[in-house]
Amino acid sequence: MMRIGIPSTLAYYEYFPFWDVFFRELGFEVVSSPITTKAILDWGVKHTVSDACVPIKLVHGHVRYLAEEGVDLLFLPRMVRVAPKETFCPKFLGLPDLIQASINNLPPLLSPRIFLRYGRMSLFRICGQTANSLGVGPLKGLRACAKALDAWHAFLRSLREGMTVAEALGIRERTREALRGPRLALLGYPYLINDPFISANLLALLEERGVQVFTAEMVPSGDLKRLSRRMRKNLFWHYSNRAVWAAMYYLDKEMVDGVIHVTAFGCGPDAMTGKLVELEAKGKVPFTTLSLDEHTGQEGIITRIDAFVDMLVRKKAIA
Amino acid sequence: MKITFPRMGTSYIAIADLFRGLGNEVISPPPITKRTLDLGTRYSPEFACLPFKILMGTYLEGIARGADTIVSSGGVGPCRAGFYMEMHRRILWDLGYEVQTITLEPPKGHLSDLVQQLRRLIHVPLSQVWDAVRFAWKKLELLDIIEERAYYLRPRELVRGSTTRAFRKCLSIVRGAKDPEELAEAKSQVEEILASVPINPEAVPLKVGLVGEIYVVLEPFANGEVAETLGELGVEVHRSIYLTKWTRENAFLDFFRIPADRDAKRLARPYLDEMIGGHGIINVGETVIYSRNGFDGVIHLAPFTCIPEIVAKGILTKVSADLEFPVMTLYLDEHTGKEGVRTRLEAFVDLIGKKREKEQGVAW
Repeated sequence: MMRIGIPSTLAYYEYFPFWDVFFRELGFEVVSSPITTKAILDWGVKHTVSDACVPIKLVHGHVRYLAEEGVDLLFLPRMVRVAPKETFCPKFLGLPDLIQASINNLPPLLSPRIFLRYGRMSLFRICGQTANSLGVGPLKGLRACAKALDAWHAFLRSLREGMTVAEALGIRERTREALRGPRLALLGYPYLINDPFISANLLALLEERGVQVFTAEMVPSGDLKRLSRRMRKNLFWHYSNRAVWAAMYYLDKEMVDGVIHVTAFGCGPDAMTGKLVELEAKGKVPFTTLSLDEHTGQEGIITRIDAFVDMLVRKKAIA
Repeated sequence: MKITFPRMGTSYIAIADLFRGLGNEVISPPPITKRTLDLGTRYSPEFACLPFKILMGTYLEGIARGADTIVSSGGVGPCRAGFYMEMHRRILWDLGYEVQTITLEPPKGHLSDLVQQLRRLIHVPLSQVWDAVRFAWKKLELLDIIEERAYYLRPRELVRGSTTRAFRKCLSIVRGAKDPEELAEAKSQVEEILASVPINPEAVPLKVGLVGEIYVVLEPFANGEVAETLGELGVEVHRSIYLTKWTRENAFLDFFRIPADRDAKRLARPYLDEMIGGHGIINVGETVIYSRNGFDGVIHLAPFTCIPEIVAKGILTKVSADLEFPVMTLYLDEHTGKEGVRTRLEAFVDLIGKKREKEQGVAW
């Protein structure tokens, strides 16, 4: 059976449930790389263009892992657009080219261009074409797409019910006991927040401190769309827009006591996103930024979140 | 309404004339200095790119001189620059400067938006608008020609610095021209000045192409005066971006759906098959063109954290290896110093000089 490799980073944290079911329905074996390890990170850091952000370094490491694993095909979609008037970060747009330029001896890449001009219709078309290029016929592709959408919607529902992406994907266990600490909006790329290695186990650290975490993925998409109209001009990037809109949502509803923006060192879009979120939160709740890179140590993160959480607790006690 | 706008290379001279000709009071953006950049860096997000920080400083200095309206370009992404006017506005308002902004979005689809914004800038009869635009455009063309000529003269000059002195003189003459007659007069004066720079006509200097993000390519302060430094190291510089050419292709031709830069995009395709925003794809194609046209190397200028240029750099590494063509990327940020840039350029020039020597068997 042909084995298709999917790197466990970047779009994995939003779309893996979809592609997993899709390829299995088509009769392929899906091999995903393990959740980030030290070895994966180190290899990526060594072989990626300097000045790239840590997520891009990570994806190089994950791709390399799959290549050594001997997969027959490497699935690396070119994520361009899934909603009107926005694209993914330019590094997503150029990712297949960048990977090909920097890693030798890769298995063949399967890189469909994900540009959903006509929404669902476009998705079905891409799925049909992809299935056809794999030699299983477009009709089977359409059926697999429908099944994959069901699986993906189930994933989205668990997010709306308050699960983090890491919990919904089974990377983390869901907490049983009710948390009584401060309520925090944790905004930023799902592939940073939910990756226990690169985030220095941020979600677990917050849970130990009793913090109730709210992420952008938990906000109903209709509400996000409504809030997008309040901006004089929206940002251009998929994840950045969601972070800004989610900040407005949680602040409007007074659902959170503080906001943390999680970003990667040197992230281009986040320089804009972070400032917008900061300005939104100004005068309402405290705001801080956690910047992650390959040198991030858990102690540094602990110091920063302890300081922030303590401050929120005291603020509440005074009020 | 007193307007100010970004300063980018020599273009501010013509742009100030344009806005004045449209009946506005103009606060011309002051020269960019260390102080401008320090001021801009203080109020910008840490990882905003160098152009963002310089503009932030320019606006604050413009406001200090009395400006109350800022005119800048917009954009539709995926490069960040399209959002800069909005981000600058929000930061300025947060600082307590309630300036108005006029954002000229590219005329893709929303022509009415552009017209509406332009109407806020026009306070003269329509017939005069045409004259003002024409005059400014002519001036811009002349400024581009002067710069191109300076690139040719500098490596051939017999007295170091004579080109740069002539260049500055030319700029002040062009700046002083108030109407089409004076501009025509300025043009002949400029030609005379440039022709009188003593050069060695037999010199065959090394040739280097400059590619990169438009702002840092056009504004010498932002790139550590890379063109001047290269010229004085005896290298003829060629630049792929000139503002007149760029405007013609990106605003005018694009509106009529006439594809520009066709060659560059076609040549980039084997390496990069997606519009990644900014000048990413063009840089890859231009590098291929330079290598085919007998250039000795390419300097790629990129602001630190610039997203499209990081992708371009990753790919240029491969292009350079495939074509055996030297390419050096210079990342620029608020800590970049002219001397640091010079050291790297000297090393690069040595390298391409040795390469030419080896290939042609003659010392350059």
